[in-house]
Amino acid sequence: MLTGLLPKGFWTRNETLVAGVILAFCLMATLSDPLFFTVTTLSDLLRASIVIGILAIGAMVVLISGGIDVSFTAVAVFAMYVATRIALAVWPDMPWPMIFALAMFVGAGLGAINGLFIAFFKLPTLIVTLGTLSVFRGFLLTFVGSQRISDLPPEMRDFSRGVLARGTTEAGSFYSIPWSALALLAVIVLTWFMLKKTMLGRSIYAIGGSQESARRIGINVQWTQFFIYVYVGALAGLAGIIHGSVGRMADPFSLVGLELSVLAAVVLGGARLIGGYGTITGTLLGVVLIVLVQTNLIVIGIPTIWQSVTIGLLILLGTGVPAYRAKRAAARAG
Amino acid sequence: MSGGPHRAPGFTEAPEFKLLIIAVAVFALMAVLAPDRFLSAQNMTSMAFQFPEFAILALAMTITMMTGGIDLSVVGVANFSAVTGALILTTFADPGLGTGDSLMWLSIALLASLAIGAVCGLANGTLVAHFGLPPILATLGSGLVFTGFAIAMTGGSAVMGFPNVVAWLGNEQLFGVPVPLILFAVLALLLHVLLTRTAFGLRVTMYGANPLAALYAAVDINRMILKVYVIAGMFSSVAGMVIMSRANSAKADYGSSYLLLAVLIAVLGGVNPYGGYGRVIGVILAVLSMQFLSSGLNMLQVSNFARELIWGALLIFVMIINTHGLPGLKSLKATPSK
Repeated sequence: MLTGLLPKGFWTRNETLVAGVILAFCLMATLSDPLFFTVTTLSDLLRASIVIGILAIGAMVVLISGGIDVSFTAVAVFAMYVATRIALAVWPDMPWPMIFALAMFVGAGLGAINGLFIAFFKLPTLIVTLGTLSVFRGFLLTFVGSQRISDLPPEMRDFSRGVLARGTTEAGSFYSIPWSALALLAVIVLTWFMLKKTMLGRSIYAIGGSQESARRIGINVQWTQFFIYVYVGALAGLAGIIHGSVGRMADPFSLVGLELSVLAAVVLGGARLIGGYGTITGTLLGVVLIVLVQTNLIVIGIPTIWQSVTIGLLILLGTGVPAYRAKRAAARAG
Repeated sequence: MSGGPHRAPGFTEAPEFKLLIIAVAVFALMAVLAPDRFLSAQNMTSMAFQFPEFAILALAMTITMMTGGIDLSVVGVANFSAVTGALILTTFADPGLGTGDSLMWLSIALLASLAIGAVCGLANGTLVAHFGLPPILATLGSGLVFTGFAIAMTGGSAVMGFPNVVAWLGNEQLFGVPVPLILFAVLALLLHVLLTRTAFGLRVTMYGANPLAALYAAVDINRMILKVYVIAGMFSSVAGMVIMSRANSAKADYGSSYLLLAVLIAVLGGVNPYGGYGRVIGVILAVLSMQFLSSGLNMLQVSNFARELIWGALLIFVMIINTHGLPGLKSLKATPSK
C-alpha cells in the first residue's frame, strides 16, 4: 500500500472494499465462463479503462480539493473535435504529438474558464460546471460543427495502430496493448508525483481539508484552485483526443454522459466530496470496477438493462459506507 | 435582507424585483423581435402548456436547495414514476375502455406514481439524513438507480397506448386555463404556504441558513430533511405524469435537459444554493423569463444546441450577479474565506 499510513485502517478502507468486490466479480465471472480470465479479457479491460482512467484521475484531483466537476466530458469532446478540425484545416499531416498537445492546450483553456469562475468568482463548483457543461457543448455543436469526422489526420490513425505488445493466446484469441496505455501511465505517474511530492499537491489536499486553514498557513488558495481546473482540463483534452484517435472518429456527440460513470469510479475509490481524501490506487480500482460492470455485467448473469441500477447502487454504497462511518465517529466524539 | 421570509424588504429592493424586470425585459425583447408570432394568442397558450412540467421540477429543486442540499434525481424520479403509471395504464386500462373505468385507472396510476415519488424521496432523504451522504452524491447515485429501474421495467423503449382521458392531464383546458398550469399554480401556492406560513417552513429556512443553530434550537433535523426530500420526490412525480400525458408516452430518458433547467430556474429565481433563502415568487418569475426566452429563441430559429449554450451562460451569469451583486444573498458558508 503506497498510501497506507495506518495499517489498522486497512480493512475498512474503500480501496480494500473495492478490490474485494472486483475479486468477487472476477471469481463469479470465471466460474460462469472459464474463458473470462484470459489475457484477452485483461487487455480489453485495459483498453476500455484508458479514457475513463485519465478522466477519473482528473476528477479525483478536483474532488480532493473539495470541488466537483461535471463538465470534463464536454471539455474532452470539445478539445478533441477542435484539435481535429484545426489539424485537418492547417496541416493534415501534423504529427500526432502536436495534435495531442493542441487538444491538451484547448482543454486547459476551457479548464481555465471553470477555474476563473470557481477560484476568482467563488461560485459553487457544481453549478459552474453544470453551466459550462452546456456552454461548451452548446458552443461546440452550434459554432464549431455537429458533423462526425471519420476522415481523421493520418497521424492520428497511426497512433491508434501503435501497440506496445500484441499476440495470440494458445486458445487462439487475439490481444494487444495500445500506445495509449502509456498515456494513462504517464498521467498516473505525473499526478502521483504532483500530489505526493510537491508543495502544490500538498496544497490541493490542504484546501480540500479546510480552505480557511490552508489560507492561514500561507497557501495561495485561488491560484491553486485555478491550477486544478486547468490541469483537469488538459487531462480531459488528452482523454478526448485519445478517444477520438482510438475510435477513429471525431464525434461531437460522444463522451458527454460518461461523467456520472467517471465520478462513480472516483467516489468508489474513496475520494470524498467534502475534500481532502482520495488516492490514485483507489481511483484506478474504482475505474476497473466500473469498466467491469459496463462491459461484463452479463457474464455474471445480470442482464445489461440493470447496468444503471448497478452503477447507481455502487455509488451509493461506495459513498454511503464511509459517510455513515464518519457520521457515527462524529456522533461518538460528541 | 437576510431576515427570512417574514420580514419582507421594500418592494423595489427585493431581489425578486430584479427578476420582475428581467422577465418583463425578456418579454418585451421577444415581442419586439418577433411581434406577430410571439404576441399571438396561440403562442401564449402553447407557452402555458410548455413550462409547467419543468417549473414543477424547479419547485422540487427549490425546496432541497433551501436546506443547502440539491436534488439531482428529479428527472430520474419523474421518469421512474411516469413509467410506473404508464405500465399500470397500459396493462389494465385498454384504450377502448369506457370513460368511467379509464378515469378510475388514471387515478390509480396517479396515486401509484405519487407513491413512487414519495418512496424515492424517502430513499434520498434517508441517505442524506441518516447515512450522512452529501446530497449531490446521494441524489446522483439514486438518480441513476431510479432511471435504471425505469430502463429495466421498459427495456429502454417508450411505453404508449393510453386511454384518451390521460391526455386530459397535459393537454386540456379547464375554464380556459391549461390543466398543467393549474397543477403548477396549486403546487407553487402549496410550497409558498409551506415555506412561509408553517413551522416546517421556518425550520427549513433556519436549517439552511445555519445548520448548527438549528441543531441547538432543537430542530429534529433528520425528520425535516426526510420531509423535504419526500416533497421534492412527490413534486417530481407530478411533473413526470404531466410529461407522460403531454408526450402521450413514458420513457426512461425523457426530459434529460430538464435537470440543468431546474437548477438554473431555482438559482435564477434567487434561491441560495447554500441554503437559507428562496421564495416561490422568485422561482415563478424565473420560470416565466426562461419560457419567454425559450419560445422567443425558438421563433428566431435558434437551434437546441445554441439554447443549451445560452442557458448555461445565463446560469453562471446569474450566479455571479447573485453572489457579487447582492451582498444580502452572500452565503454564510462562503463568507469565512473573506
